[in-house]
Amino acid sequence: MAAISREEVAHLARLSRLAVTEQELDQFAGQLDVILQSVARVGEVAADDIPPTSHSVPLTNVYRDDVPVPSLTQEEALSGAPDAFEGRFRVPRILDEEA
Amino acid sequence: MSDLTRMSAVELAGRIKSKEVSAVEVAQAHLDRISAVDERVHAFLHVDAEGALAAAARVDKGEVTGPLAGVPVAVKDVIATKGVPTTAASKILEGWRPPYNATIVDRLQAAGTVMLGKTNMDEFAMGSSTEYSAYGPTNNPWDLGRIPGGSGGGSAAALAAYEAPLAIGTDTGGSIRQPGAVTGTVGAKPTYGGTSRYGLIAFSSSLDTPGPCARTVEDAALLHSVIAGHDPRDSTSIPQPVPDVVAAARLGASGDLTGVKLGLVKEFAGDGSEAGVTAAFRESLEALVKLGAEVVEVSCPNFEYALPAYYLIAPSECSSNLARFDGVRYGQRVGDDGNRSLEEVMSLTRDAGFGPEVKRRIILGTYALSSGYYDAYYGQAQKVRTLITRDFQKSFEQVDVLVSPTTPFVAFPFGSRTSDPYQMYLADLFTIPTNLYGGPAISVPCGLSEGLPVGFQIMAPTMADDRMYRVGAALESAVGTFSPPAL
Repeated sequence: MAAISREEVAHLARLSRLAVTEQELDQFAGQLDVILQSVARVGEVAADDIPPTSHSVPLTNVYRDDVPVPSLTQEEALSGAPDAFEGRFRVPRILDEEA
Repeated sequence: MSDLTRMSAVELAGRIKSKEVSAVEVAQAHLDRISAVDERVHAFLHVDAEGALAAAARVDKGEVTGPLAGVPVAVKDVIATKGVPTTAASKILEGWRPPYNATIVDRLQAAGTVMLGKTNMDEFAMGSSTEYSAYGPTNNPWDLGRIPGGSGGGSAAALAAYEAPLAIGTDTGGSIRQPGAVTGTVGAKPTYGGTSRYGLIAFSSSLDTPGPCARTVEDAALLHSVIAGHDPRDSTSIPQPVPDVVAAARLGASGDLTGVKLGLVKEFAGDGSEAGVTAAFRESLEALVKLGAEVVEVSCPNFEYALPAYYLIAPSECSSNLARFDGVRYGQRVGDDGNRSLEEVMSLTRDAGFGPEVKRRIILGTYALSSGYYDAYYGQAQKVRTLITRDFQKSFEQVDVLVSPTTPFVAFPFGSRTSDPYQMYLADLFTIPTNLYGGPAISVPCGLSEGLPVGFQIMAPTMADDRMYRVGAALESAVGTFSPPAL
């Protein structure tokens, strides 16, 4: 039985903001199924009482003194933008997305 | 003076310091070599000849000093270099010039190095062959029809082709060590948190580790010492002194390993390495025993789950990290015709800008993190990560370092592992456990199998990076270095 269906891959692609083509869906669905069946082996390990590791460095909440330091200028921050207007990032319309 | 390109970084630094050669001559010799061979090797995505010659001239004028003054270096294209194109080998960042330097780039400049350019890689460092670069693969200088490893194949190939004496890589699951192994060069992954990730384009933040690539162990140690150390701009950077890796490499080069215990991981023995790889590894192990080392078999029962755990953790983190490529703040924007919505433009931009392996991993990671699957996949993988860490900690109570082949197979022909992505993932079988644990590991060339290089991996406890340099340099003193046929 497949671990993941073509429909699920299409849904995940939409969640990931990837406008995948039908051809990509056909290709990815089969490949992701093989990968998922392989990685699902982590489930064989009895680990109910084992704490998870998110990170190998035992540091939490690293703070610095609240002292202003130089940062990028507005011009530098916008230097790589595909579109900018009056010192801001310009984006396509964000309203009426469902229209 | 064409043999300037054959010299080690240590030798070049000495000759430049004594004014036997100028830094400009050294830079020009490497730029000439790049012009002569890189059309065939394709190690570089961008060559910054003007910047390199200007930096070298500053060294010659005495304006810049430092332990590596005038020594050329190539930098993997996943690392931000101010004003110099940085793409992570992705179409989505084509033409981007970062407005700032990564911390390690600042440190390279402070040490006096001369940056030659940016090296090719698998897109966003996801891959083991550079075949997933959006700009075409790098060819292995040992056999131009074979892969140079990945993701940092460009950095490793630049060294093997004598285009640069030093290079910077990043290692998330083996991306420094496996390319080192298959090109006959040295690649070291420092302790996670030992080198700063500030300015490194993030793939899997809990695993990504920048580190040194070189042709000799001492050169790698010298480069390591220059880039490592605490960085307040990286909150996972370890606020402790860096072990003296250069002294350790020099100690190892004396060829005495009396009292050093090498742990042989029992579970790696039956894991499908090619016969030639196993043979070269075994011979090298015997050479180390002749230098006084003792071999102890250790058991790491959870290592067999490292690859599955990694291919849940890394894609999960990547699916989150790569959300920043939205066609708004930097990089490409596709399909903005004035009518389409932000979401439509974002989705078209990301589909056009990312290659297939990146998309597969984003989708896989989104799946592993989604509600209903999180506990079974991502959560379980994090628990397995704890067990793998315990395997390492238990082993290091018995031995000083663990050893294994770096990768199960020598450089493979292009196209032989791309149709089944999981076959590609197997290249990282022996390198991945270290990343999950967070310790340091190095790959040192140890022999040839059917004319192609084999790498020997040495894994050490966290913040004991010096140990791997000592054993690595001892191995190098016993087996020598390896040069590819003339290009």
